[in-house]
Amino acid sequence: MAKNSSRSRVATEINASSMADIAFLLLIFFLVTTTIDVDKGILVKLPPWSNEPPPEMKLNSRNVFSVLVNANNDLLVRKEPADIAKLRERTKEFIANPSGQADLAEKPTKAIISLKNDRGTSYETYLEVYNELKAAYSELWDDEAKALGHPGYSDDLPLSVRKQIKGKIPMVLSEAEPTAFGEEK
Amino acid sequence: MSKFRKKGKSMPAISTASLPDIIFMLLFFFMVVTVMRESELKVKVQVPQATELTKLEQKSLVNYIYIGRPTKKFQEIYGTAPQLQLGDKISKINDLPLFLEQHKTTLPEVMRSRITSSIRVDGDVTMGIVQDVKTELRKQGQLRVNYSARQRTDDL
Repeated sequence: MAKNSSRSRVATEINASSMADIAFLLLIFFLVTTTIDVDKGILVKLPPWSNEPPPEMKLNSRNVFSVLVNANNDLLVRKEPADIAKLRERTKEFIANPSGQADLAEKPTKAIISLKNDRGTSYETYLEVYNELKAAYSELWDDEAKALGHPGYSDDLPLSVRKQIKGKIPMVLSEAEPTAFGEEK
Repeated sequence: MSKFRKKGKSMPAISTASLPDIIFMLLFFFMVVTVMRESELKVKVQVPQATELTKLEQKSLVNYIYIGRPTKKFQEIYGTAPQLQLGDKISKINDLPLFLEQHKTTLPEVMRSRITSSIRVDGDVTMGIVQDVKTELRKQGQLRVNYSARQRTDDL
């Protein structure tokens, strides 16, 4: 008992004021090293590899929207030089074909976008073109979703609705094996 | 009554005992959100801008492939032609299968189908090397690919 009482007299509280300093130091370290950068990008699904050459398909030329990008980053859309700023609108018109023109896609389910680039094409241009083509589809999906009474196309929509929209306007973007005219040495 | 009045008159110092707790709370927040840079970049990567972006959800399911021209420091060794960087070293295309396999083994079987390759390519790079990487990824059955890009704010 005597020991106990004498101990309680000696044992004062541990000074905790430096605790804050230590915590601050750690805090500042993590503040400095933190990079809250979210990784964003264009998600694509590559086609599986096969050693056989793809089967020859007979396609009606009105259903094919060919986009070629050469080593000088010039665009050739349906065999005519084109401007990238108009690509999105043209793609949308081609897929939806609102006025039923004879040289645009019969219906969205038959539309095929064919993209071909050169090994010398700059990645920036390639991604811009890819982005525009993808944007054309997502804008069409958006319109479709609005017609069905939804605020817009997003992953928040029920799966059945998304399937319905994508069944009506499927995204068919085929990438051909690139040419190698402008290969960087 | 007199006891209470006496206590109210003298103002005690504000206790700072809870200060460490508050700081620790902040500390834990930052510790949780911190991502240490996985690898030092030996190639210059400035990803292009785009609008159709998807956010990558689970960091552990992503492997990073960098393509770009070597930075000044490494130009003497690797030249100025676009190079592929896997992990923290400049690699060749045929190192890619091993790199993918090594990442795969760190994950449980059920999650392996959801692995995404984040390809971070510099805008100035020509498509040749990117194409080779794409072909190799297809051969390895790694088909989910994310072309890393920044949000574009201005018009094209």
